[in-house]
Amino acid sequence: MGMRRRRDGIGPLEYTRRAWMRLILLATFVFLYAPIVTLVAFSFNDSRRNIVWRGFTLEYYEKAFNNAGLIEAFVNSLTIAFFSTVVSTVLGALVALKLWRFRFPGKAPYEGAMTLPIVIPEICMGVAMLAFFSRIGWPSGLTWPFNLGAITIAHISFSFPFVAVVVRARLANFNREQEEAARDLGATEWQVFRDIMIPYMKPGLVAGALLAFTLSLDDFVITFFTSGPDTVTFPVKVYSMVRFSVTPEVNAASTILIAITLVLTTIALVLQNRRTTD
Amino acid sequence: MNERRTIISVRDAVKRFGGVTAVDHVSIDIAEGEFFALLGPSGCGKTTLLRMIAGFEVPSSGQVLIDSQDMADVAPNRRPVNMVFQSYAVFPHMTVFDNVGYGLKVTSTPKIEIRERVMEALALVQMEAFAARKPDQLSGGQRQRVALARALVKRPKVLLLDEPLSALDAKLREAMQLELVKLQATVGITFVIVTHDQDEALSMADRIAVLENGRVRQIASPVDLYEYPCSRFVADFIGKMNVFEARANGFANDSLTIDVDGLGSLNVPHPERAAGALSVAVRPEKMRLLTPGEDRDGLFAVPVTIRNIAYHGSESHVFAVTESGLEVSATIPNRSRDHMRLAAGDAATIGWRPADTLVLVE
Repeated sequence: MGMRRRRDGIGPLEYTRRAWMRLILLATFVFLYAPIVTLVAFSFNDSRRNIVWRGFTLEYYEKAFNNAGLIEAFVNSLTIAFFSTVVSTVLGALVALKLWRFRFPGKAPYEGAMTLPIVIPEICMGVAMLAFFSRIGWPSGLTWPFNLGAITIAHISFSFPFVAVVVRARLANFNREQEEAARDLGATEWQVFRDIMIPYMKPGLVAGALLAFTLSLDDFVITFFTSGPDTVTFPVKVYSMVRFSVTPEVNAASTILIAITLVLTTIALVLQNRRTTD
Repeated sequence: MNERRTIISVRDAVKRFGGVTAVDHVSIDIAEGEFFALLGPSGCGKTTLLRMIAGFEVPSSGQVLIDSQDMADVAPNRRPVNMVFQSYAVFPHMTVFDNVGYGLKVTSTPKIEIRERVMEALALVQMEAFAARKPDQLSGGQRQRVALARALVKRPKVLLLDEPLSALDAKLREAMQLELVKLQATVGITFVIVTHDQDEALSMADRIAVLENGRVRQIASPVDLYEYPCSRFVADFIGKMNVFEARANGFANDSLTIDVDGLGSLNVPHPERAAGALSVAVRPEKMRLLTPGEDRDGLFAVPVTIRNIAYHGSESHVFAVTESGLEVSATIPNRSRDHMRLAAGDAATIGWRPADTLVLVE
């Protein structure tokens, strides 16, 4: 940014090249990510109170891995996430197909209803779920993994619209002539679906599934309302640990969760961007 | 020529989409072994008609018969026809071999037979070497061959092609035109192509149906269509045309005397009497540029002033105007290197044989 050539070459719309814009962007990113970066950094802090940095250690990661309650919560989270992902992906794909392919009376309200879980405040959803399960007398005290049923159902409810959106985006670029070509060659509707559509949707399905998985894994609000003392998930466990004492063990657990989410989300995005090559 | 049986019969077919009539009472008979073209401007209904034959559109009324069987209620996957789509629609996640074999796989053909027939079909389009490749490793022309092989491997009675050459560059287009004709002769089945390019239709087809706004305007061989169009629309659509308003003025010995407004009177051979106002049309390549003093030799000659000459290498397009203000265009082949000696602004004479005049009553 030398002053030799007076702002030579910066066009009127190239905001990202202007110094003041860059400063604002930097400040925004710092503001957004500083808490997370601090969280991750202090998970390595050699201090029980974890207020001031004292030194580097992996002791608290070790503690986290040896915490039975934490491990149990993690297993619960994974189980719920697994089942939620499978069902959400199927449901979401079906919704996407229906909206992409067909016209039917009430399509607009239907589309709105399907998108509702994305826009509705999580608290409302959580309270609604709680009220619903107690109203219909959902059985409690079931054995594992059936006792995770309520949470899983709740997770499916808010996950499948996200899958639907992702799959729908993928379907938007589908060349319908491929479908017709397959029919023309003798395929039944089912064969067309199995041989042509599913392979095409695959990147969208995988991206949607990964999204559903991370949503389920990370969820706190809705899970908080639908879980009980014997059905604790990872985020809920971390919350209770925070209320108990804020040692770096909490940071460690959180960092692990962030890392898993980051990896899965990155894979999902990479897969979604591959659709341009087809 | 032998009486060939009719393989496709479209009878009074109508297709409406909401308030729009895409196909308006169309009846066409296509003979077995023919190379048939559906030609017309965008929106004339030719693709809709093709799709009705393939089964992707159900006629609002009328019938489609293939080999004398009514195709009502017959789904596209059960019809004895196959289609090559405009975008080729080659399956991106399958190899060339799997693409071509797909039609056989979904109808439970034994694997050995699939292998045999796929290699046979690939040989027809010279793509055997590409069997293991994926479509994203192929060029547009190669993908088209895969689409062709994929359709032909099913041994359909009719092959339908939707704008097969529109996506190819000019040089490849001409080569493919010849190849398709050769392929059709080799395989021996009926080909029906849809095109908006009259060049394509004229050079490839045995017979052409010209459509406009969902109606058939004329069905004829390329020569008949070009030299004897039956209406002003067809005359204008196929090739270029000089059209003049005229008036019939007498009929004797199979010859119509016509007064062309602003040009004069000429006798045109015509099978029947006509009266009143009509149009006469002359193809630009039927015009001749006469040098001053050159013998008219039975040509109908008109003095003109040259407005513009467009040089096209093998020929020159001359745009001239008569004394009465009528525009005339002539296409003159550049027979020798210095053949065209005239330039804009020069006076010249343009003439044509009266027998080359087209009389358009409509």
